[in-house]
Formats: sequence, C-alpha cells, structure tokens
Amino acid sequence: MLRYTVKRLLFMIPLLIGITIICFAVIHLAPGSPTDMQTSLNPKASLEAKERLKSLYNLDKPLHEQYFLWLKRLAVLDLGNSFSPDRRPVLDKIAERLPITITINVLSMILIMIVAIPIGVLSAVRQDSFFDKATGVFVFVGFAVPTFWLALLLMILFGVNLGWLPISGIRSLNYEYLTPWSAFWDLVKHLIMPVILSAFGGLAGLSRYMRANMLEVIRQDYITTARAKGLSERIVIYKHALRNALLPVITILGLSIPGLIGGSVIFETIFAIPGMGQLFYMSVMSRDYPLVMGILFIGAVLTLLGNLIADMSYAVADPRIRVS
Amino acid sequence: MAVAGSVVVIFLFVISILSPWIAPYDPSAINLKKVLVSPSVNHIFGTDQLGRDIFSRMIWGSRISLKVGFVATGISILIGAILGALAGYYGRWVDAIIMRFVDIMLCFPSFFLILAVIAILEPSIWNIMIVIGLTSWMGVTRLVRADFISLKERDFVQAAKIIGAGDFRIIFSHILPNAMASVLVAATLGVAGAILTESALSFLGIGVQPPTPSWGNILTAGKDNIDIAWWLSLYPGLAILITVLGYNLLGEGIRDSLDPRLRD
Repeated sequence: MLRYTVKRLLFMIPLLIGITIICFAVIHLAPGSPTDMQTSLNPKASLEAKERLKSLYNLDKPLHEQYFLWLKRLAVLDLGNSFSPDRRPVLDKIAERLPITITINVLSMILIMIVAIPIGVLSAVRQDSFFDKATGVFVFVGFAVPTFWLALLLMILFGVNLGWLPISGIRSLNYEYLTPWSAFWDLVKHLIMPVILSAFGGLAGLSRYMRANMLEVIRQDYITTARAKGLSERIVIYKHALRNALLPVITILGLSIPGLIGGSVIFETIFAIPGMGQLFYMSVMSRDYPLVMGILFIGAVLTLLGNLIADMSYAVADPRIRVS
Repeated sequence: MAVAGSVVVIFLFVISILSPWIAPYDPSAINLKKVLVSPSVNHIFGTDQLGRDIFSRMIWGSRISLKVGFVATGISILIGAILGALAGYYGRWVDAIIMRFVDIMLCFPSFFLILAVIAILEPSIWNIMIVIGLTSWMGVTRLVRADFISLKERDFVQAAKIIGAGDFRIIFSHILPNAMASVLVAATLGVAGAILTESALSFLGIGVQPPTPSWGNILTAGKDNIDIAWWLSLYPGLAILITVLGYNLLGEGIRDSLDPRLRD
C-alpha cells in the first residue's frame, strides 16, 4: 500500500506542474499584457491597480522568470490580493467560502450514491423489465435536461407557487432569533433544492454505469458458482455480485468531482449561495483578476485531490490495484 | 429513435435557415405596451420585460445554438482527432506527453476554465465557440487514440507500410477513415454538450450578449421575473431539452448503425 501511495503521489507532480502552466498561460492569454487588459476593460482601474498587477505577476521580467516567481508565491499559497475595494488576500476570500461549497458537493455526492446505485442494481437485476425501461428513458432525458432550467422550474413550483422552500441564500432573515433546532431546519430547507439539483447531473451517469457493471458481474463464473452451490438469489446478488460491481463506482465518483465543482458556479449563482462558485462568478463579472486566477487554481487542485482520494480508496477496497 | 433524433435536428436546421420568414415578429422589436404578456393567440409563448415576442426570439435563438454547437464541436473534433491520432499512432513519448496533457486538462472543472478565459476576453459569440471547443477535445482524443492503437496493428496498415506509404498518408487516408464512426458519434454528442454549455453561459450573462436572442439569455429574463412570468422560464428550456435530446438520439442511432460493436 505504501508503495502504491508513493507512486500515486509522484504521479501528481507532473499534473500539478501542468496545472500551474495552464493557469499561467491563461493569465497571459490576453493580447497585450494583463495590465493593459485591466485598464481597458475596467475604466475605474487606477494607475495604482495597474502597478499592483504588474508587481503581482512581475510583468516587467522575462516570461520564464515571471513563471518561477509566480510559482514561488504559489508554493506558499500566496495568491495575491483581491481587486475589490476590501483588497483582502485572495486565499482568505476563498477559504471562507469553501466550506459551504464542499458541504453541498459532498451532500450531492452522497445523494447521487444512494439514489443511483439502487436504480442501477435493480435495473440490471430486472433487465428489460418495465422498471429497467422506465429508468432507461428517465436517464436519457436526464442527460439532456439543462440543470439550470430545472432549477428555475423547481423554484417556480416549490418556491413561488407552493411556497414550501426558500429560493435564495442559505439562511432566513430571522436566522439569529431561531432556536438551534429550527435554525438547523432552516438551513436544511435552504439546501434541499441546490443539493438535489447539483446531484441531478450525476444521477443519470452513475445509474447507467452501475447497471452496466452489474450486468457484467452477473455473467461472471463465480456468480454461476454461487448459484450452483445453491445460495439464494438474494445472497448471490447482494453479497457476491454487488460488492464487485460497486468497486469501479469509486472511480466514477472521483471523475464527477470537476463537474460538481464547475456546476457550483451555476447553482450558487441561481440560489444566491455564498460559496466559492458564486465568488467565482462575481470575480469574473467584476474582472477581479487575482481572484479569478486563484479560484481557477484552487478548483483544479481540489479536483486533483478528489481524484487522489478516489484512487486511494479504490486501492484500499481492491487489493488487485495495489499489486499490479 | 434515431429517426426521431434526426427529425428534430433537421427541423432545427430548417427553422434556423428560415427564421427571418417564420418569426411572426421582429425579435428585437421593443413594445412597452405589451410588457410581460402571458401566452395568448398573438404571442403564443408570451412576451418579455421589454415586450418582445418570445416565440420570435426563440426562433432566432435557434441560429445561435446551431452555430455554437457546430463551430465549437468542429474545433474540439479537429484538436481531438489530430492529438488522438498522433498519440495512438506514434505511442511512446508522443503518447505520454499528449495523454498527460489530457489528464491535466481534465483536472480543470471545464466550466471554471471557460469562465476564466471569458473573464479575460470579451464574452462574444465567437470567443464562446472557441473557448468551448478548446476545453472539450479531451474525450475525442481518448477515443481516437484507442481506435488508432488497435487499428495500426491491422494488416491493411502493414500493407500500406510495405508499399512505402508515409506516416502522414497512413494516418490520414488509411487509419482515420476507419476511426470515423466513433468520431462522428462523439461529434454528434459534442454538439449537444456545446449547446448546453452555451445556454448555461448565456444564462449567467457571460455568453451571448443581449439584444442578440439566445435560449440561454431568454432564461435569464425568466429568472429575473420568476415570480410573475413562468413562460419566460418554461419554453426556452424546453427548446434546449428537445434539441439536446435530438442530438443525443441521433448520436446513439449513428453509433448503432455504423458500428454494431460499439453498442453496450
């Protein structure tokens, strides 16, 4: 296991370097220097802001020197200061908004698992049944639904017409006067729609994947052996087959991380949730350059970490991975 | 089902070509006497906050979707096919470098990368098409690479080598045509993906800019008037859903008919 861990960590190094190069390329994507961009797009940018950008990215130095100076600051997580009037460090701004985004994404991931896995297993076990066909149609349509549109429809239905769920923010205005229990319930009510919607995109994919896995596992020899021993169908399916079909799900969950993080921009903007996605949207709209770059970098690093965790859990769950 | 998909796709082509003639109103004609009128005989999908006819705006919006879908996918297929062909054909360090590059690109939540680039460049329709294309080629690369790895061992490739065909000719006129099935499927599904991304960007106000009508930016008006005008939210989304469904069905259909081995 140790060898595998070390190997996996070493594998991350080129990826991390690649991420920094792409981020750096994005900074320099603009025709002319980023300082010119800043002034032409944002007439309010003062000469001082221009100077700050220049010193932040060392734009007066040669390109390779710029990159290494920037890398040196990244190594100590110095992402510069925001251009917004408060001028706070980018890292602080991201750090205070990260927990809510991670909470929503983790909750959605749990929701994806508890809904998609049973659907996939059932439709495989009862292949070609009505249930299988119905979920097949549902999944196909699910792939095509723009989730932000679904969000609008649910907001109209549950927020505006029925008035059951709040449609913006994560807290009610009277939050401070609520008892702990009703404050918690208030938070839950605010999170129901965002969590369900951000899970929606992953549901279709995972349930199809689970179905395909299960169908493949059921055809294996050891399943025939289990049946031949006279084990009940229940034990064959849920003990022998399910365990093996579940393994690759870990990888799929890992792969769904960038989608979830990317989707947080849309949902947090629609539902006015003060997370990293909304912060990113606002920084893009106000062209708060250091903040945009900071979040882009952190988003990629989070994805990398998520994949690492997924790979490690796979290795824990399946010894074959560690050996080969 | 594939027939249904192609009917939808052809229907959309016809609508976007004929939009100046079938749209009952000028899509950008402001009529302040008819602000937020609910669907009726005169305005079958209602009007928006400036009194513009939603049905006409949606008809014109179909042009945007089509354009973005095809240009963005064209870019991603071009990059993906070339990189995938090189990686699969040459193997070794060429393969290693290209595939690491794919891994790195996949680390970025693509929506983040698109937004960051749009924040630097102006959000215009051309920039959006290019950026969507530049951030969605990784899947195609993997597909084409896998095809090349298996195809390059085949006898017909050996035969081409023996008669002295150069790498360029072998890649583009011998192997690539045989990999077209999966490329075509990926392209069809890619159009659907690009349309979804464009609509999300336009919805957030960083895509196609008003007054140019796009399905996504009509939905923005839907969100702004969410408590009074449901029709602004309902119809453009349905149009996106049906379009994406159409391309997906068509893609699956092509997959089944061109290459039965690709069926799951």
